[in-house]
Amino acid sequence: MILDPTSFFWIFAAFAAAISAMGFYCMLMTYNLLRVLIGLEILMKGVTLFVVASGYLVGQTAIGQGIIITVIIIEVVVMIVAAGIILGFQKEYDSLNVKNTRSMQG
Amino acid sequence: MKLLLILLIMMFFAAMWAVMTSLILRAAIALALTSMILTTIMFQLNAPYAAVFELSVCAGLIPVIFISVISLAHRLPIKEYLKRRENRINRFWILPFIAIAIVVLIGIVRLPLGLNVAAVEKITDVREVLWNLKRLEIFGQIIVLLAGAYGVLILFKERNRDS
Repeated sequence: MILDPTSFFWIFAAFAAAISAMGFYCMLMTYNLLRVLIGLEILMKGVTLFVVASGYLVGQTAIGQGIIITVIIIEVVVMIVAAGIILGFQKEYDSLNVKNTRSMQG
Repeated sequence: MKLLLILLIMMFFAAMWAVMTSLILRAAIALALTSMILTTIMFQLNAPYAAVFELSVCAGLIPVIFISVISLAHRLPIKEYLKRRENRINRFWILPFIAIAIVVLIGIVRLPLGLNVAAVEKITDVREVLWNLKRLEIFGQIIVLLAGAYGVLILFKERNRDS
């Protein structure tokens, strides 16, 4: 099925791409580890928006919802583990600056 | 359609606020707001199960995790904070222009991206997708959840030992 260029899908695609780009830019340009996580979350919101709009457009909302539930579960596990690692990092270096990771062994 | 467009614009500005604000606590609140608006969009697009997950987990649990981490992290001295805020404005002033350019290029100019969708069998019930079509994935998700719980246990165990 080729997507109709006049459909409302393109508006969703535009906003999803812009929100994903914001998250990606935030991850690239920031030095704070917590902000990297916030950027990752924003990136995931853009992807989720794209999936839900695609599912609605092709009438496959059930498959779209299944994918979104999987994404949310993985996202929450990543966030919890990353938050634990950030706390450990903060305790070790007394800072959340990404530049400090250069002095880590390994 | 008008309501959806308004919600999309609100979500765009909430995400922008989360990225641009200089206080991390405000960024966490803006993230929760983005999730809430996404939940409303999901309800509008006939995805209620995903919307409930999004509302409870992404708008409820994840901001709580962020706020816990922020409260446990050390506070910056005010001079350092002001210096970083200025640096932040220098690094992020271009972002609104990039985001608006992307919306215009894809949403209005409609670049020929050649997107297409494969035709698959139509399934209307989300339970059928989760328990029949994606059965293997459910086991994978359970393993990931257990791995996450184990990781948190290890992290807190080491912290207790250190203290």
